[in-house]
Amino acid sequence: MSLLKVRFNRWSHLFLPLSVLVILLLINLIKGVDYFKITMVNGVFYGNIPNILFGAAELVILSIGMTLVTAAACGQDISIGESGAISSAIFVQYVLNAGEVTIWTILAGFLLSCVAGMLIGAFNGTLVSYFNVQPMVATLILFLGGRSIAFIIDGKVSPILANPISNQIGTFIPGVPIQTPIILTVVFIVLVAVVLKTTNLRLYVEAVGVNPSAARLNGINPKKIIFLTFLIMGVCSAVAGFLAVNKAGRHDSVNLLKFIMMDAILAVALGGNSLAGGKFSITGSIIGAYTIEVLNRTLLRLEVNPEAIKAFKAVFIIILMVIASPVVRAFARKLLDKAKTIVTGDSVRQTGALDEAVVSMTDSSGKEE
Amino acid sequence: MRSEIILRMEGISKSFPGVRALHNVDFVLRRGEIHALMGENGAGKSTLIKILNGVYEKDAGRIILEGRPVHFKSPQDAQNMGIGTVFQEIALCPNLTVADNMFIGRSRDAVVRWKQMNEKTAEMLNSLGIPASPTQELASCSLAVQQMIAIARAVDMDCKILILDEPTSSLDEDETKKLFALMRELKSRGVGIIFITHFIDEVYEISDTITVLRNGELIGEYETAALSQIELISKMMGKALSDVAAIKKHELSQSDASVPVFAAKDLSSTAGVRPFDFTIHEGEVNGFAGLLGSGRSESVRAFFAADKVTSGEVKIKGKRAKIRTPLDAMKQGIGYLPEDRKAEGIIGELSVRDNIILALQVMKGFFKPLSRKQAEEFANQYIQLLGIKTPSIDTPIKSLSGGNQQKVILARWLLTHPMYLILDEPTRGIDVGTKVEIQKLILKLAEDGMSLTFISSEIDEMLRVCSRLIVMKDREIVGELRGANLTEQNVMHMIAQGG
Repeated sequence: MSLLKVRFNRWSHLFLPLSVLVILLLINLIKGVDYFKITMVNGVFYGNIPNILFGAAELVILSIGMTLVTAAACGQDISIGESGAISSAIFVQYVLNAGEVTIWTILAGFLLSCVAGMLIGAFNGTLVSYFNVQPMVATLILFLGGRSIAFIIDGKVSPILANPISNQIGTFIPGVPIQTPIILTVVFIVLVAVVLKTTNLRLYVEAVGVNPSAARLNGINPKKIIFLTFLIMGVCSAVAGFLAVNKAGRHDSVNLLKFIMMDAILAVALGGNSLAGGKFSITGSIIGAYTIEVLNRTLLRLEVNPEAIKAFKAVFIIILMVIASPVVRAFARKLLDKAKTIVTGDSVRQTGALDEAVVSMTDSSGKEE
Repeated sequence: MRSEIILRMEGISKSFPGVRALHNVDFVLRRGEIHALMGENGAGKSTLIKILNGVYEKDAGRIILEGRPVHFKSPQDAQNMGIGTVFQEIALCPNLTVADNMFIGRSRDAVVRWKQMNEKTAEMLNSLGIPASPTQELASCSLAVQQMIAIARAVDMDCKILILDEPTSSLDEDETKKLFALMRELKSRGVGIIFITHFIDEVYEISDTITVLRNGELIGEYETAALSQIELISKMMGKALSDVAAIKKHELSQSDASVPVFAAKDLSSTAGVRPFDFTIHEGEVNGFAGLLGSGRSESVRAFFAADKVTSGEVKIKGKRAKIRTPLDAMKQGIGYLPEDRKAEGIIGELSVRDNIILALQVMKGFFKPLSRKQAEEFANQYIQLLGIKTPSIDTPIKSLSGGNQQKVILARWLLTHPMYLILDEPTRGIDVGTKVEIQKLILKLAEDGMSLTFISSEIDEMLRVCSRLIVMKDREIVGELRGANLTEQNVMHMIAQGG
């Protein structure tokens, strides 16, 4: 019983994103039973599920960075789309000026764009950690100016990235049945998992986010940690920009990753993370990111008028957030508890356990309100 | 001669979950009286004040204002009945003008009459002798003047009772004098003033009457002239825990000639303690005694570089050491349990396990995380060792009781095996049983060779545990006591006479 309880508490923060995801999948199933059908075309899997995994690639990567920034800096980076546009512009220019395009050119261009992303992260991070500027205000600078910078780097409107390697990165590699962006997303997630496993990133970031004064008195430099999360965010932006530009086949500095920060922030919130910082769950954010992609595609599938899609999305999100709010959840648990009491008659132990679960759940997400 | 009573609080009681903040307290204020409300931390001063100005509702008792029983539902209510409060932190808007601040939130009209407002403000400032102009931005005034403007605002709202909660804590001597002049002016106008301060000398300079609270109970009301400083201090500190089984104190075995574990010379920090010297030897338990605000916490914080160190040098076992950040201090084998557990000790949302391993983990470094198994082993070991009561090691620390939270922070430092451990108020706000446990633990650790500095507001406790006491007053060391001289009497004399 107690082991089960502990386990439940440890995973309880995933309750929100998973339940939302399940609801959305159910809606899709009701609409048509063939939802999960996967077909093989030219040796590659296609279907709703592969499309979701393919479409959400950039968002998943960005939401990982956003989770870390949110946790440590207790605020959000709103310049991630612009940061991705700039770093991918540099990638495109490098590749276009390289002459013959080999896998090494692409790799060098990619690493160069990662450095650019880190520089942008360092700029934002310096403003936030050393000059104590509010994260949203600090990143507003590049949010406003970033696309102009990307445009200047491009030199002309939408340079075309037409080489076979880029095409393969953006779509699929012959002989591999899974689309390349999906594979790269998985690789990125594994890398992040390895970093979390082999460093104290989680402990430091959470400590700084929850109580910077106490963290400082335990030898952690909160400024450095906040700076570090922005650096990581910069790398995430560069990787997302890289994927986006290879998918599109051209660099459109105006529309590339446009307004994606809103979805990334939403993914973090859907993942059960507090936007006020502190404890975080990257797993939750990743599920949140896929959920948003599912939501977008569900609305398309329900044949909502394209102009009205944003409004539907907003309504849907409001409903989700209210259902998932601690108030409603506590109420639901009370009902559940009552039902169980009637069924089992074993009320005392159950009540205790459930109350604790409710407390821990409201604790983890109560800050959002 | 005693003038007419304007405020009478009778049998006031107030409890918070798990704490009895006030129990059956009476308080009387007369017209034109400056009444000092005294007591150590947790004595119930601020609770009493907050009941009077409507922030809290009392559980029991009555408040009689000018002969009529009153009941305040909100701070606004209390203000309307003529009770003004000026807090330690000035609650004005620094970016507005002086006149704006005087009138903000008071006008019923939608239209602001600037000219009239400025004229009235000028009049008010003039009559109270406050050196400021109505159109000046508040931020450009000195802290003392800002404080005075806050008072003027309260007075202008027809206040009969003015509560000043530590108004002088951020003022220098000159500014304090000006504030006192203003207080005397108000006194002559018949305003009753309740004055809270941690500076004993100020009480004797300005107040007519003193009421002492301790542990939420009324100790008594005294005429300032008839109560000596030493009597006041003894009433504030009281005698607590006298029934606790005697703890055998470990006497200093080393002579001062041996190389000290930690020595500081001319140390000072941005927290504002005058440069001082300090040494501690192996296995020694010493303490900093003094009232709150005497600089006892600020001094030990400088050892750990918790505040920015501005001067002085530190030697660890005779070797010069550079301690610029808390991490430097940790690497030299120093541990520090801060006074404010909630703000600087616990990482509330994190688990008991993470809270226990935090300091050790940071010392090991960013790239060397403890394995989950190892972390759990350490946590379980110390949970058992210190008897920490927690449902599991994954429970967030904030859901534990105060005493158990404190034990977790203790465990955090013990796990780093420090050479010198600084404990600032480790026993505050925790139950008697745990207090004694912590005291015993301190002596046990000293026996094993650790050096410790122990600070407590309860003098009894320090006398039981420490073999040497450094006595502080008004941010300066006024003396040192050891051996047979280590008595409560001597500590109080030193505080009363020193400085």
